[in-house]
Amino acid sequence: MATTGSPNAEIRPGPPLWLLAELTYRCPLQCPYCSNPVDFADQGQELDTGQWLDVFAQARAMGAAQLGLSGGEPLTRPDLIELVSGARELGYYSNLITSGMGLNRDKVRALADAGLDHIQISFQDAEAAGNQLMAGSRKAFQHKLEMARAVKAHDFPMVLNIVIHRHNIDRIGDIIQLCLDLEADYVELATCQYYGWAHLNRQGLMPSRAQLQQAEHVVADYRRRLEDAANPCQLIFVVPDYYEERPKPCMNGWGSMFLTITPDGTALPCHSARQLPIDFPNVRDHTIETIWHHSPGFNHFRGDAWMPEPCRSCDEKHEDFGGCRCQAYMLTGDAANADPVCAKSPHHHTIVAAREQAGTPLDQVPPLTYRNERNARLIYRG
Amino acid sequence: MSAPHHDAIPLLRRGFRLQWEPAQQAHVLLYPEGMVKLNDSAAQILTLVNGERSVADIVATLHQRFPEVPDLEADVLDFLEAAHGNHWLTER
Ligand code: SF4
Ligand code: SF4
Repeated sequence: MATTGSPNAEIRPGPPLWLLAELTYRCPLQCPYCSNPVDFADQGQELDTGQWLDVFAQARAMGAAQLGLSGGEPLTRPDLIELVSGARELGYYSNLITSGMGLNRDKVRALADAGLDHIQISFQDAEAAGNQLMAGSRKAFQHKLEMARAVKAHDFPMVLNIVIHRHNIDRIGDIIQLCLDLEADYVELATCQYYGWAHLNRQGLMPSRAQLQQAEHVVADYRRRLEDAANPCQLIFVVPDYYEERPKPCMNGWGSMFLTITPDGTALPCHSARQLPIDFPNVRDHTIETIWHHSPGFNHFRGDAWMPEPCRSCDEKHEDFGGCRCQAYMLTGDAANADPVCAKSPHHHTIVAAREQAGTPLDQVPPLTYRNERNARLIYRG
Repeated sequence: MSAPHHDAIPLLRRGFRLQWEPAQQAHVLLYPEGMVKLNDSAAQILTLVNGERSVADIVATLHQRFPEVPDLEADVLDFLEAAHGNHWLTER
């Protein structure tokens, strides 16, 4: 464990156990809470097949065991099957994180044959209209249902992921029921984290405290029913940290076990870190070993020597590491500050104000900004 | 969850994989978006779970390997019960 005041360079972290490969930013959908960077349309060229396989091999040699294949929509990569077989040969447990768009029965079979371990499909709602409101696509819902059935038919374990926000949270019971009907093994009900596109759309997405309490009640009720029925399906309900008084231990500590590689090969300690005013290394220029242990980007917030007050003298700093760097940066302008979710933060009032705003009637809230290239350019090129 | 029956045949749940990880010097159990690092005794038991051995077979095999360990059977049953409770295992 690091001690107070030790220079960051001396900290020797464990291996990157989790590798998230964001294969592409291309996606047929336009979710207004997408975690991709808001300027995704201007990002550099994607790594090719050989470069990805090399990244997989290097990280695996260091100890990575879990591999997430995500995006954007990873199915838009024509070499996905090749990447999956490569991962299997290396001994990864591979997770495909998909919207289900671009999936068909043949692809599900090919992925199974290539040794993929698990498929996560994201739904936007329990009904076509809500799905369309969020993803900007009409046919998506029926297709997703069909693909979820195909995934189960091929004996994959299946996680269904639904981003929860003020427009669908009151239907959380219907959403859970839909997932159970589809025989999901895990249901992730994830209230959005307000980064990227979701931050632009925070007022239009954040549920009120009353909505949240009602939803927690419904989830608890379903959990009891599942347990009584000895149903192994697990409900994972991630509540927004905006309603907490202490921040989450973001990524288990900066650069402690998670490694994200973006489509163009930039290495990040967390998938939203690209927005920070920090230079992150690229796998085209350095080995993963060098990136993980020696790059200024990864060492930036390791240990605790970087912490200002109130974190510096706080006895909880080894539990939450001062919270999320991205949230601190977005809401205070300085990524080293305490995450303002913390009641000890002098910026905590920004969170309190957002909670109060969450009750605003929908007709007084600015319309949602959808994640598409036109908006990406409008927002970032002015 | 009650203690597993002696002739029950446990099996890793679909989507679960047990493997040795040199970097962690441990067996780990991998599953959708999750990983548990196993201690030695948990790994000794789980590596015997193959969908063919019964609970009684597993206990007998471990008895042979570790004749000096007291209360081995109770420990194995406790562990299998907990593993069932976590939905790591099913029965054939
Ligand atoms: S959040 Fe929506 S728009 Fe963003 S990558 Fe996922 S499916 Fe595509
Ligand atoms: S002051 Fe900093 S370290 Fe202490 S609880 Fe708040 S965020 Fe965590």
